[in-house]
Amino acid sequence: MKVLSKVYTALIFFFLYAPIGVLILFSFNDSKSRVTWHGFTLKWYEELFNNDQLMDALIVTLSVAALTAVFATIIGTVSAVGIHSLGKRMKRVFLTVNNIPMVNPEIVTAVSLLLIFVFVSEATGWFEMGFLTLLLSHITFSIPYVILQVSPKLRQMNAHMYEAALDLGCSPVRAFFKVVLPEIMPGILTGALMAFTLSLDDFVISLFTSGSSAQPLSVVIYSMTRHRVSPEVNALSTILFVTVFVLLLVVNIAQMRDDAKKKAAR
Amino acid sequence: MTKHKIASLPFAVWMLIFTILPLGMVIWFAFTDSKGTFTFDNILKIADFSETFLISILLGALATLICLVMAYPVAFIISRTGERVQQTLVMLTMMPMWMNFLLRTYAWMSILEDKGFINQFLGLLGMEPIHMINTRFAVVVGMVYNFLPFMIIPLYSVMVKIDKSIIEAAEDLGSNGFQVFRRILLPLSAPGIVTGITMVFVPAVSTFVISKLLGGGKEWLIGDFIENYFIGTAKDYNIGSALSLVLMVLILLCMAVTGLVDRDEEKGGIGG
Repeated sequence: MKVLSKVYTALIFFFLYAPIGVLILFSFNDSKSRVTWHGFTLKWYEELFNNDQLMDALIVTLSVAALTAVFATIIGTVSAVGIHSLGKRMKRVFLTVNNIPMVNPEIVTAVSLLLIFVFVSEATGWFEMGFLTLLLSHITFSIPYVILQVSPKLRQMNAHMYEAALDLGCSPVRAFFKVVLPEIMPGILTGALMAFTLSLDDFVISLFTSGSSAQPLSVVIYSMTRHRVSPEVNALSTILFVTVFVLLLVVNIAQMRDDAKKKAAR
Repeated sequence: MTKHKIASLPFAVWMLIFTILPLGMVIWFAFTDSKGTFTFDNILKIADFSETFLISILLGALATLICLVMAYPVAFIISRTGERVQQTLVMLTMMPMWMNFLLRTYAWMSILEDKGFINQFLGLLGMEPIHMINTRFAVVVGMVYNFLPFMIIPLYSVMVKIDKSIIEAAEDLGSNGFQVFRRILLPLSAPGIVTGITMVFVPAVSTFVISKLLGGGKEWLIGDFIENYFIGTAKDYNIGSALSLVLMVLILLCMAVTGLVDRDEEKGGIGG
C-alpha cells in the first residue's frame, strides 16, 4: 500500500508538471518548433530583452500586481475590521456580498465590469479602457480574498486587549496600530501575497477590462496563441517560474529552520 | 470593537460600484434591445444555444468528476504524511498555477498533437499514433489539468483534520477498506468535496480558452460565445448579457443541488 500511494502521488505530480517541463525545456530549443528538439540555445533569453511588446506587457503585469496587492490589502483589511464590528445580520449580508466575486464564474464578473466601464466612460468621457480599468478590476476581485484571510485573525484576537489599550490612555487609532495590527499581521501578509498572485495569474478578467493601451502578459500571450507563441515567451515564463520557485523554497526552508529552533528551545 | 462600524463603509461603497451595479448592468442589458427598450427577445434567443449549454455543462461535469476521482486519493495520501512533507507537497500542488495558464494549456498542444510527445512515444514503442488534439477528449484533459489543484487543496484541508484514531478505531472494529471509506472518510470529507466541485465546475463550465486551444475552435462552448459577443467579431452586449445571466443562474442551480446532496450525504453518513 505504501509503495502504491507513492507511485500514485508521483504520477499525479508528473501530470501536473509535465507541461511545465515541456515549456522550460523548449525555451532552450534551437528552433521555433514545439515538438522536435534541435539542440541547446540561450538565444530566446537574449532576444526576450529586445522584445518591446513582451517587456511592456511584463511591466504592466508587475505594476498592476504590486498596486493591486497594496490597495486590495488596505481596503480589505479596513473592511474586515469594519465587518467584524457589525451586528450578526449585517455581517451576514456583507459576507454574502463578499462571496459574489468568488462564486461567480470569472467570465461573468469580467463581462459585468466591462459593461460598467464602457457605460461610465461613454457617459462621462473621464477615462478609456486601459491601465486604470485593469487595476480597478484586479483590486475588485482581490479584496474578498484579503477579507477572507484577515477576518479569522480578528475573530481569534482577544477583544479585551484593545479595550485595555484604550483604558491605558491610547487613542483608538493608536490602539489599532499598536494592538490590533500586529495581531492580524499574518492574515494581512497572506492576503497581500494572494492578491499579488491572483493579479499576476489573471487572464479572463484582464482580457475583458484592459483595452488596447495597457495589455498585461496574459493578454499578449493570448493574442499570440492565435498564430504562434514565440519561444521568447517560454523563456520569460521560465524566468518568472524559477524566481517564484526559489523564493518559495527559501521561505519554506526559513520556516523549517525557525520551527527547528523553536523545538530546540523547548 | 463596536466603534469601527464606519470602517465597513468603503467596502460597502466599493462592492456597490464594482460588484452589485455591474451585475445590475448585466441584467439590464439582458432585458433590453440596442435602443434600451425592454424586451424578452434576448432571453428567448437563448433557446438556440441550448445544445451549447448542454455540451458545456456535460464536459464541465465530466472534468469535475475526473478531478474528484484523481484528487481524492492523493489528497488523502498528502494528509497522512508528516508535517514537513505535507507543507512541501501542498506547495508543489499550488506551484503550477504560477506558470501562465495559457502557456500551460499551450504546452498540452505539444503533448497531444498528432506528432506530439505522446504519439512520438507511442511511435518508439512501435504503436500506431492516436488522434487526440482538437477533440472533446483534449478539451476535457485541458480542464482536468488546469483545475486539478482546485480539487486537491479543499479535499486536503478537510482530510488533514480527520483524526487518524477514528480510522484506526473503525479498522479495529472490523471495517474493511471500503467500509472505512464509505462510513468514515466520505461523510467527514463531504464539505471538502462540495468546495472542490464548486471550484472546478464553475471555471470548467465557463471556460473559453481551453476549447479554443485544445478543441481547435471547432466546437464552441458557452464561454466562447460570450467572449465573441463582448470583445470578438459579433459585438452584441444584449445577447451576450443574456447568455452570461443564464450561465450564472444555471451554475447557481447546479451548486444548490450539490449543496443539497451534501446535506443528505452527511445525514446518511451519520445516521446509517
